[in-house]
Amino acid sequence: MIHAEKLTRHFRVKKEIVEAVRGIDIDVAEGELLAFLGPNGAGKSTTLRMLTSLLPPTSGTATVAGVSVVDDPAGVRKRIGYIGQGNGAGHYYRVLDELLMQGRFYGMSKTESRQRAGELLETLDLRDLAKRAVITLSGGQRRRLDIAMGLMHQPRLLFLDEPSTGMDPQNRANLWEHIVRMRQQHGTTIVLTTHYLEEADSMAERVVVIDHGQIIADDTPANLKAKLAGDRIMFTVPAGDVEKAERLLADHGNLLQRAGVTNDRIRVSARVENGPEVLPVLVRAADAAGLAVLAAQLHQPTLDDVFLNLTGRSLREGGESR
Amino acid sequence: MSTVVTDTRAVFAREMTLVMRDPFSLAFSIVQPLVFLALFGPLLGATVGSEAFGGESSLQWFLPGVIVMLSMFGTTMTGSNLQIEMNTGSYERVLATPLSRSSLLAGRALKEFAPLVVQAVLLTVVTVPFGFDLYPVHVLAGLVLLGVFGIGVGALSYSLALVTRKNEWVFWMVQQSLLFPLLILSGIMLPLESAPGWMKTASSFNPLTYVVEAERTLFGGTFVDRDVAYGALAAALTCVAGVAIGIRTIRRSTS
Repeated sequence: MIHAEKLTRHFRVKKEIVEAVRGIDIDVAEGELLAFLGPNGAGKSTTLRMLTSLLPPTSGTATVAGVSVVDDPAGVRKRIGYIGQGNGAGHYYRVLDELLMQGRFYGMSKTESRQRAGELLETLDLRDLAKRAVITLSGGQRRRLDIAMGLMHQPRLLFLDEPSTGMDPQNRANLWEHIVRMRQQHGTTIVLTTHYLEEADSMAERVVVIDHGQIIADDTPANLKAKLAGDRIMFTVPAGDVEKAERLLADHGNLLQRAGVTNDRIRVSARVENGPEVLPVLVRAADAAGLAVLAAQLHQPTLDDVFLNLTGRSLREGGESR
Repeated sequence: MSTVVTDTRAVFAREMTLVMRDPFSLAFSIVQPLVFLALFGPLLGATVGSEAFGGESSLQWFLPGVIVMLSMFGTTMTGSNLQIEMNTGSYERVLATPLSRSSLLAGRALKEFAPLVVQAVLLTVVTVPFGFDLYPVHVLAGLVLLGVFGIGVGALSYSLALVTRKNEWVFWMVQQSLLFPLLILSGIMLPLESAPGWMKTASSFNPLTYVVEAERTLFGGTFVDRDVAYGALAAALTCVAGVAIGIRTIRRSTS
């Protein structure tokens, strides 16, 4: 569905060249649900804007839905749907008017547009709002309208730029329910950007981690976590037992740095495979060896651990948007 | 070509939705120029004297100018409505559709032009009892010529809005400081016959001058005339240049 090679984009900001995207290669197969994950300013949106033909690449090529973004941008736009960061509907327009107009922009007939708009208003819980002006809608309602507009022409490939930014958890869950249902019904290929770790983790089937304009990891969330972070077991033990505890942990995994909890208590930790099963084994072994384990913790990795291990920075420290 | 026409109609239709949903503003804006004409027209005739207009009634000279002026007021505003949509995501959403770029320019410019057609018809009909000679076919041709010119002006206004999107007030500053010199230097409001030489020279570089002259000739009931040919040429060149600049600005606009 997507094939990009060495996609690059520079911006000139006050006589200085900013390399927003630096050579991205990616292939996306039909039916995938892929998330670009990265901190703000990593180049996610710029990549998406190049793939949707909204921004010409400085160099490199991309074929999207069978068409080159460089040679036939209009052809790309015809074949894809794009839901940007902002609200797509004009503030002073009525909900239904904007939906019908969107259909017309994609060359749909009047009857086709009416029917499709009716279906979408129904599935996205917007039916009662059809005659309302967009400006009177709540944030969640506007976002659902954005989704409806993006789906009017039933694209086989849909791009979403930060679809749930600024939404409360309930609206976010509701939005995802709609996206997932639509994917089940139509097999739509979905490519989105997000800086929400939980969203990428729970929703995407493939996560592409971007930092400083480059792809630094690309796999399923489970694989990323297993390969790049792993489970961590932490024992808090009396200061005198540290060596004994570390020997024990080292037998079952890779020992990590120790940390003092208080003067007489030390926390030792190790990265292990299959933490939930190793933990009871270790506790029993410690018991048998006469080692007093004061506290035992199991930490299963998040995508933030993945990002931290890759870059030395946490995604949660993220700054301003865009 | 057919997609450009279909797309332009679609963009125009979307823009017009808001106008049609607000009939009060529309009615008010249509009546407004009548007041202007009623107050300014008699003053002009009294001050300048009829010899400046080649012996014609001042109305015959002034009305085409008013119509051109209204079209300039409207089409130079094209970019201002765009500014609102650029601040939300709605401009980006339209950009992401397959609509051709020239239709975005033309559709928006024509929306600013559309009320003028109604205004022009109203103005000409109302002034007939006061000595205005009406040539309907010529007036229609004059409006088409003005529409072509208006697409060019609208496209330039659109480009200006894109370029100044980070500081909106710059749009207004540029629009205002260009609009009035262009209007005055085209002889729309007062004849340039008695103007100093440098003003006449400046006005000869102003495409609007030729458009105004062409409109006066057309409204006076003459088709085949050098002024009409020059005016048509000025309108066509402005249209082509404006749309070319507009397309280029849209493509280069990065955010």
